Amino acid sequence: MTRASLLAGGHQPDPAALAEIRARYHLDDPFPVQYWHWLSGLLSGDPGTSMVLKEPVTALIGARIGNTVLLVAYAGLLILLLGVTAGVVAAVGGRRVDQALTVITTVLMAAPAFVAAILLIWLFATTLSWFPVYGSGTGFTDRIHHLTLPALALSGGYLAYVSRITRTEVRAELAADHVAAARVRGLPRWTVLRRHVLRNAAPPIVAVSGVTVAGLFAATAVAEQAFGVAGLGSLLVQSAARQDMVVVQALSLLLVTVFVLVNMLVDVLNAVLDPRLARAGAV
Amino acid sequence: MLQFDDLRLRVGGTPILRGVTLEVAAGEAVGLVGESGSGKSMTVKSVVRLLPPGSRTEGAVRFDGVDVSSLDAAGLRRMRSRDVAMVFQDPRAVVNPVRTIGDFLTEVLRDQGVGRTEATRRAARALSEVGIGDAVRRLHQRPYELSGGLLQRVVIAAALLTGPRLILADEPTTALDVTTQEEVVAILNEQRAARQVALMFITHDLELAAAVCDRIAVMYAGEIVEVLPAAALHAGARHPYTRALLNSRPGAVAPGERLRTVPGVPQSALTAPPGCVFADRCPHAEARCREVRPVFDGSAACHLLEAR
Repeated sequence: MTRASLLAGGHQPDPAALAEIRARYHLDDPFPVQYWHWLSGLLSGDPGTSMVLKEPVTALIGARIGNTVLLVAYAGLLILLLGVTAGVVAAVGGRRVDQALTVITTVLMAAPAFVAAILLIWLFATTLSWFPVYGSGTGFTDRIHHLTLPALALSGGYLAYVSRITRTEVRAELAADHVAAARVRGLPRWTVLRRHVLRNAAPPIVAVSGVTVAGLFAATAVAEQAFGVAGLGSLLVQSAARQDMVVVQALSLLLVTVFVLVNMLVDVLNAVLDPRLARAGAV
Repeated sequence: MLQFDDLRLRVGGTPILRGVTLEVAAGEAVGLVGESGSGKSMTVKSVVRLLPPGSRTEGAVRFDGVDVSSLDAAGLRRMRSRDVAMVFQDPRAVVNPVRTIGDFLTEVLRDQGVGRTEATRRAARALSEVGIGDAVRRLHQRPYELSGGLLQRVVIAAALLTGPRLILADEPTTALDVTTQEEVVAILNEQRAARQVALMFITHDLELAAAVCDRIAVMYAGEIVEVLPAAALHAGARHPYTRALLNSRPGAVAPGERLRTVPGVPQSALTAPPGCVFADRCPHAEARCREVRPVFDGSAACHLLEAR
């Protein structure tokens, strides 16, 4: 199969259509020229037009990016709030609490997002009818209402992961000499926890959470597809199924860019939290 | 002011202290010397109940007549914050690495209700008192920007800042450069003496203990075997263990000669014999030394001395 027939969708198109495709995508040009066409288009804000939907990629992304950003923000918030809180509670709350949370996080980590999605739909959408089962909603509150189940399905495993990391880091700080010294100086329990334990455990937790939240943009594929949310993740899955290369290419680039940017942000934040890092040349 | 009354400590069933009796008067400096594992550190830490999990104590440590084990959480916190301060071995480990020197110095004062400006002013003054110049700049620095000696002075400044009546110093110079050790101890002693603060000073260095302290308590295998005035360390040492320790100092032999040691290996409190703890290594041990535990008579615990 030639590249042109691949771009035509895998059918056996007539020679005229194939020639038209070859001309439109500059397939007869040498590789560097083809690359230049793509790159100059991208840099001037035009990553191309969908081969299947015949719409500009920017329009496709623009219509969906709001939902995805909202979903990622929602899931990210759940991960940070619940994950970090659960981790801290597990670290300081005694053996019973720790064991209970270990069981919960193990289950969450073991359940993939699509299984969580099916369970959530069955429980909250079908049985209890608390949340809608499908769609993206309109207006802010309606969208939040629609995105609750997808956000829960999306955050489950990551939440458990962040909680485990938090627990380990907080435990390690609790055992540190400077924490014992702070206690011996008669500081209240809560002050010691906040200023000496959590403050010092923060950099690794921020690093892990940052990478996790950055990865959520790609992970939305499953949750959005399962709940019929029109977002970038479902667009990526559908485009890949339709062999809509221009869209897949643009989306991949976007996801990678977001990942790199969020990671950079986390590194900068970590240097602020722990000035030793900036001095060691880690940033 | 501070009394150890037959203090016994077990950690998870393992005996660490086997009956420590000692008094520290207000303003007095007492040195605790002895080999590693003799229980010096645990003795001192039991004052502020900084004990490992699974610890069980018998006997009592009394501060101002109050048994510290009877203090509730608030009472313990008040004692730790106002009455007793601690200086540790390694300043790098005990000062929070990500916060500033100013945070470290002022946080206890702030917790006690002192205003920010006033706390900062006092912190700056405390730094200059321990010989750290450019105090305002130092307050904004972080531990990694200071040398070990400088950081230990910061810890000493923090200890003095809350106006304690007792400072517990657990080998405060072990982690430091040899050249800064004397300086740091001199500052600690000078400042605490000027304020009439009592000191419990743990060290391996007998000369240092004698120079800094009023009295010296020698510990071995979880007990105090001898207490003597620092001035009489050389002439007045009576217990065979103290004399053996004195003999094994580098200064005890002529330069070039082989250093003397205490024969045998240190006795652990765990396997302490029914008789005298030092009997196995004592050059003068007699039969009853191995059978009957000698009673500490206020200055030493040794059968051989009773006979005289």
